[in-house]
Amino acid sequence: MGSSGTPISQPPLGSDPTGERFLGMRITPVTGRRLRSFRANRRGFWSLWLFLVIFVVTLFAEFVANDRPLLVRYQGDLYFPVVQDYPETTFGGDFLSFTDYRDPYIQEQITQAGGWMLWPPIRYSYQTINYELEEPAPSPPTSENWLGTDDQGRDVLARLIYGLRISILFGLALTVVSSVIGIAAGAVQGYFGGWVDLFFQRFLEIWGGLPQLFILIIVSSIIVPGFWTLLGVLVLFSWTQLVGVVRAEFLRARNFDYVRAARALGMSDGKIILKHVLPNAMVATLTFTPFILNGSIVALTALDFLGLGLPPGSASLGDLLRQGKENLQAPWLGITGFVAVALILSLLVFVGEAVRDAFDPRKTKA
Amino acid sequence: MKDPIVEIDNLQKHYGGSKGFFGRVRKPVKAVDGVSFTIHPGEVVGLVGESGSGKSTVGRTLLRLHEPTAGKIRFDGEDITHATPQRMRALRRDMQIIFQDPYSSLNPRTRVIDIVGEALDLLGPLPKAERSERVVQLLEQVGLTGDHLRRFPHEFSGGQRQRLCIARALAVRPRFVVADEPVAALDVSIQAQIMNLLVDLQREIGIAMLFISHDLGLVEFIADRVMVMYLGRVVEMAPARELYANPRHPYTRALLSTAPTVDPRAARARKRELLQGEPPSPANPPSGCTFRTRCPFAVDACAVERPAYRQVGAGHFHACIRDDVAGGQVVPQVA
Repeated sequence: MGSSGTPISQPPLGSDPTGERFLGMRITPVTGRRLRSFRANRRGFWSLWLFLVIFVVTLFAEFVANDRPLLVRYQGDLYFPVVQDYPETTFGGDFLSFTDYRDPYIQEQITQAGGWMLWPPIRYSYQTINYELEEPAPSPPTSENWLGTDDQGRDVLARLIYGLRISILFGLALTVVSSVIGIAAGAVQGYFGGWVDLFFQRFLEIWGGLPQLFILIIVSSIIVPGFWTLLGVLVLFSWTQLVGVVRAEFLRARNFDYVRAARALGMSDGKIILKHVLPNAMVATLTFTPFILNGSIVALTALDFLGLGLPPGSASLGDLLRQGKENLQAPWLGITGFVAVALILSLLVFVGEAVRDAFDPRKTKA
Repeated sequence: MKDPIVEIDNLQKHYGGSKGFFGRVRKPVKAVDGVSFTIHPGEVVGLVGESGSGKSTVGRTLLRLHEPTAGKIRFDGEDITHATPQRMRALRRDMQIIFQDPYSSLNPRTRVIDIVGEALDLLGPLPKAERSERVVQLLEQVGLTGDHLRRFPHEFSGGQRQRLCIARALAVRPRFVVADEPVAALDVSIQAQIMNLLVDLQREIGIAMLFISHDLGLVEFIADRVMVMYLGRVVEMAPARELYANPRHPYTRALLSTAPTVDPRAARARKRELLQGEPPSPANPPSGCTFRTRCPFAVDACAVERPAYRQVGAGHFHACIRDDVAGGQVVPQVA
């Protein structure tokens, strides 16, 4: 089959027309071939799994690293401190403030009443300060703080888990938003062509010439950016990434006979774009996605490193790296940050490579 | 006679030719340069010409898939030359097109049921069962079966794909179809099948058709009336039988004389009129009659002005000033 040179594998005509299925959905033979090709790339395949595991674990960061127990049994009642706040008085404390479960007094109250506490594997949240350090902060790794603490006595591993989560979520959000905008813009540009295209291209050139970093610095010096404002500011510049690719695909596809046929049938432009042209452009887009995600994570990390990103105190990879830079005497900070960033970025690059190869139309073998 | 369903008046389509950025004027390519004709309901009009003569452009422009540069297009009495996109969308159901290449005119990601069903949806939403029933009906009409419903285009042969294209075009029940070289990409044996299908369907439904082809034999087979195009202009137009029996324009004659025939004796007896040279560039056509550079009968007068259409028989028009040429011989005219 490899010598035939056709990009599409032809099943015999008598074969089951319903074909393969993936996650219960019917898929086309082309999609099936791409999936097989992706799986055949061991490195990319395992990278995807490892990335997904890290992502899912960090999604449940509250259940992995927290300064509250998952479950408390006290005087015959069950409490779920992770999902609900209880005042201290619930457990025999004196105040109506939120319970500090790390407080030996509260712990004593609970054990004395015959109750117990089920703790997450890491007993620190990203902002929990360990006041019982043997050494001044940043203190080196111990059995209590597995990766040591940062310069304010907070557990590095806990901050790493929360930081990864916000980095990945931010990266995904930035990727999705800028992809949607970029695809829409490229689609309009390529499909309508002519003056729309010409005008838009010039606009993009000017827009691309703006000094991004300085604008970001100016913006974050006026307002202290939160998650969403930071996302908005970064989207301002990152949406242009996909425009070129999508535009090119649309310029090509709008002259396909089946697009003409759809026009001749009287189908609306929106429907033609969505049903007949966009699927073509999606291949190129999907190939880019892991790399865009990578870029987004790096962007956030860089801003945090410069102190222009998320508000002070939030856990993030960039903040960890900055602390590592400022505390060279505490190498566990820098090394942890470096390994985490390098690992995530490498995984995504491996996944991206596998996706790119799987979608390569010149590859005919599965 | 009934009112014509399609009426084209002095249609022109020029490409490029915008004024350059620094006042430099680029000459437009006159793909279609003043074409007029009418098509009546149920009539099949053949449009013949060599590559680059503008025949496909005529077909696409009259459907407003390309915007005409000048001229008038009337469909069913309505001037659609400048109809709004909304109006055009509504009108498109009545006029369909079958493309030359059945490989590129079907979306490779769409199943048969959706290729045809999508066209049906444009007539208004149908319940799912009824929709697939209609699709099967249409497939059977073009010689496919309901087994093909869930297949993708790549699972079909070229002929089958062209059948699919025909089914898609017929789904919206058009009254007029442009068949743009519908069999040129197919094997000869398959060509015959598709031609028979087109003729049968045309008789059955009675739609009007503009059949575009470079193959004179095919056009003779299907068309009621034939137009011959050369370099963006129609040089001769006549009822099919009349044109083949009694071609008047030197270009038509040259074309007919080179078309292969099955009768070897007739072929031997026939004198071939081979044309010299290439067709001139449509961006820079010769003055007067555009055919004069290759015409064996050209005289000085041919370069002066564009020859007008003159009627030389019932429904037989041509654009040549040399009435004294007949049967390849110059006949002295009796004044």
